[in-house]
Amino acid sequence: MEWLIQILNSVQYGLLLFLVASGLTLIFGIMGVINLAHGSFYMIGAYLAFTLSSLTGSLWLAIPLGIVVSAALGLVLEWALISRLYRRDHLYQVLLTFGLILVFEELRSIVVGDDVHSVAIPAALAASLPLTDTLSYPVYRLFISAVCLALAALMYVTIQKTRFGMMIRAAASNPEMATSLGLDIRWIHALVFAAGVALAAFAGMIAAPVSSVFPGMGSQVLIVCFVIVVIGGIGSLKGALIAALLIGFADTFGKVLFPDYASIAVYLLMAVVLLFRPLGLFGRA
Amino acid sequence: MTDRRQFIQQAGLLASAAAIGGLTPSIARAQTAKLRVGMMLPYTGTYAALGTAITQGFNLAVEESGGMVGGRAIEYFTVDDESEPSKATDNANKLVQRDKVDVLIGTVHSGVVMAMVKVARDNGTLLIIPNAGANAATGGQCAPNIFRTSFSNWQPAHPMGKVMYDKGHRKVVTLTWKYGAGEESIESFKEAFTKAGGAIVKEMYLPFPNVEFQPFITEIASLKPDAVFVFFAGGGAVKFTKDYAAAGLKEKIPLYGSGFLTDGTLEAQGASAQGLLTTLHYGDGIENPKNKQFRYNYGKKYGIQADVYAVQGYDAALLLHGGLNAVKGSFGDRKALYGALEKVKIDSPRGPWTMSKAHNPIQDIYLRRVEGNANQVIGIAWKALEDPARGCRMAAV
Amino acid sequence: MKRSLLPWLILAAILLLLFPAVAEKFYLQLVTKIMILSIFALSLDLLVGYTGLVSLGHAAYFGIAAYTYALVSPAADPANVWLTLPLALAASAAAALLVGALVLRTSGVYFIMVTLAFAQMAYYFFHDTRIAGGSDGIYVNTRPDALVPGVDLANDLHFYYFVLAALAVVFALLAIILRSPFGRALQGIKANEHRMRALGFATLRYKLAAFVLAGTIAGLAGYLAAAKEGYVNPEMMAWHQSGTVLMMLILGGMGTLLGAVLGAFSYVLLQEWFSALTKHWQLLMGVFIVAAVLLLPQGLIGLHQLRMKPRLPRAEDERD
Repeated sequence: MEWLIQILNSVQYGLLLFLVASGLTLIFGIMGVINLAHGSFYMIGAYLAFTLSSLTGSLWLAIPLGIVVSAALGLVLEWALISRLYRRDHLYQVLLTFGLILVFEELRSIVVGDDVHSVAIPAALAASLPLTDTLSYPVYRLFISAVCLALAALMYVTIQKTRFGMMIRAAASNPEMATSLGLDIRWIHALVFAAGVALAAFAGMIAAPVSSVFPGMGSQVLIVCFVIVVIGGIGSLKGALIAALLIGFADTFGKVLFPDYASIAVYLLMAVVLLFRPLGLFGRA
Repeated sequence: MTDRRQFIQQAGLLASAAAIGGLTPSIARAQTAKLRVGMMLPYTGTYAALGTAITQGFNLAVEESGGMVGGRAIEYFTVDDESEPSKATDNANKLVQRDKVDVLIGTVHSGVVMAMVKVARDNGTLLIIPNAGANAATGGQCAPNIFRTSFSNWQPAHPMGKVMYDKGHRKVVTLTWKYGAGEESIESFKEAFTKAGGAIVKEMYLPFPNVEFQPFITEIASLKPDAVFVFFAGGGAVKFTKDYAAAGLKEKIPLYGSGFLTDGTLEAQGASAQGLLTTLHYGDGIENPKNKQFRYNYGKKYGIQADVYAVQGYDAALLLHGGLNAVKGSFGDRKALYGALEKVKIDSPRGPWTMSKAHNPIQDIYLRRVEGNANQVIGIAWKALEDPARGCRMAAV
Repeated sequence: MKRSLLPWLILAAILLLLFPAVAEKFYLQLVTKIMILSIFALSLDLLVGYTGLVSLGHAAYFGIAAYTYALVSPAADPANVWLTLPLALAASAAAALLVGALVLRTSGVYFIMVTLAFAQMAYYFFHDTRIAGGSDGIYVNTRPDALVPGVDLANDLHFYYFVLAALAVVFALLAIILRSPFGRALQGIKANEHRMRALGFATLRYKLAAFVLAGTIAGLAGYLAAAKEGYVNPEMMAWHQSGTVLMMLILGGMGTLLGAVLGAFSYVLLQEWFSALTKHWQLLMGVFIVAAVLLLPQGLIGLHQLRMKPRLPRAEDERD
């Protein structure tokens, strides 16, 4: 029975990771921009959840507000900074976004301070489901998993089945051709970046009640998100989902079976995948 | 040429000034000169609140003795150590070698403090540690010029072994981060608990500062021990207590920890921490006049509640004050100063305590229970507990 | 281009040689630290600036040499430089060889990520296990012994000149290598690898050689850093460290040796200056980094180059 619960833990953690990495998949996958500040947007989302739910008294209200704020932030950043880097080497994207990490961390410290905070789970979801005679499973975690799956489905449908999605895919695979066919690449890039930022912040908001809100939470998730996108293959949502689940399993069972090597296991997984499939599991050239 | 003449004149003046300056006997360290105090604490990052609390406690004590310590006015030098062990040696050197402080005060993080211990030993600077509990600082790396006014990692956890045994628990599971503070706490608990006759069913570790506890909580539930003892602090402590409660384990398998599990975190922990028993050398509700006065003054001056970190900073100033007074404020005779510091009886808000031969506090450890937003003291878990100072090679230990 | 930088190079050498005469102990140690970081930056410049291989995991080789030194040093006595240094360099070289053989098959963004992955593995290996003190790191109580009469590396002045000598050797070595056919081939690979292959060069071998050489020099820097501080900890291998040294290159100017050194000096001095201004210095640093990336694509050296006659566009101006 314990193994079944650990499997549940793995899946639940993997889905949470996918939620956090989804924004990066979009930005990295579709726009080819390495955004090291992704973790910072996740942190911003969590702190938004804290401040907005303290102000409005409800997480349900805080989330839509937070999404709007973070999308706006994304648009501004793209216009001011990111758009100047499309023509340049990945190296410059890495460095600029690295600089942004420092900026956001310190701004957070100045504006909100360095204390650890809690965001209350909405009352409707605060129960726990008894699974065994000792262990219960928090309903909220299951809720997060459901949200992840819904989001994955939504993203898939949007990108594969809608006209807007078609434009995004065209812009990603051949920007010059797309422009000459009349698509406004500039707007598409801006929207995709804003969507990526909003997704990261949304993940931070939804996860805040279970992960609490503290300095440094951004750096903790950042590298794992990159690993997910790279293992899955740049530009592949399906790949990101599978990679996230793989990592969920590696991390959970790693901790139980060989805790000293659990973190290494994740990177080993990435190295092995890349050595056999240099473009990731489902990556396209 | 006039240029050359001017140059020679100026060079000559400069040279004479240097010579005169060099010949003047150095009276800079006279009794009446300002005491150079170097504060190396985290003012940014996860432990910023602790660094601030320690500084505030220190300042309050200084203010209460008229803005002087040992009869000398103070000149402060501050460095933010960001709780980064990799920058610690550089930061300590800034204060010791660049600013040439008389006494170095710091820090919160054990990894950082070990670098400070090394720098203090290499340079012979007086170091007072107002938090970091690394056993080695008053153990294997003890030195005449190193003092601590907080605790050793061994101390707060040790009494819990006896407490949990006395409550009837016989099979216990432990969980903590795999780093110095975590490991030293669990080892100390294990020592006391097994000595009393209990058994540790499983010792679990997760990498620091990882906070994904679910796999371990599931493990605990399947092992079904009598109780669980953990060491976590800060954000990790908040998340763990909440995860533990959300898994329904709080009522079924009692959770215990050293005081850091519930110190400074109660507001964020809310219901998940209510009723938890912890052991620590301080508790908000300690019933002695000194504590009441301290908490009142601290609250009035800073607008927030005092905590264990503020007390430790306060005591650091008390220690320095007591020691310096005994040698009339002079750093001239180091041996006398260190001897005086060793003998100071600190009248602390936590209760009076004295310095062990290895320069760590010999103090009472309280048993506390979380009630509302405070850690209420419900008893003394161990009176006058002294850290064994294993590996300390100071004379007359 | 090198010709016109020669006077600056000579000036820098003279300043570094004479600096101890006017410096206090604290500043002596600071410049020693910067020189060590210069060696680190030079090693990455070889890889990124000259061969076009953007590695985000270069700090791994810096850290591996540092840990090797700490682990083989005796508990109480000084270690033998002539034994421990080659050993540490060999460890870094071996790691670079192993990783390089595996990762050089990938390119572009995947290369960046997989170099990062290996560095993270090294980081977690030392951070999560107790092989070397875990996240708390380990201490080496004394500086190594150079076994040369009259030279005492525990003396900060002697150690300063030891590091300066190492920097000079590395600088000269790289200058010679980059002028050689091997070095020209590397630069050719950076400009257009397909063309080099079409010309018959076994580019993989050249890239591997560059990778190992860069890793070894990074190991030298790591050894010196560990020897100086007497302390090693996993953060020496963290991706932050890899990012920082990359930042130094951008700041100084990639693709020139003097630029790497200049970048190291500028970055550390900037950091010192900002920390003195405010406790939120990282904000200033972050803003500065963003501004530098946008406004100074050629780094500080680029300011000098603006004064020279126009050149053909450089390879890194075009997106690959």
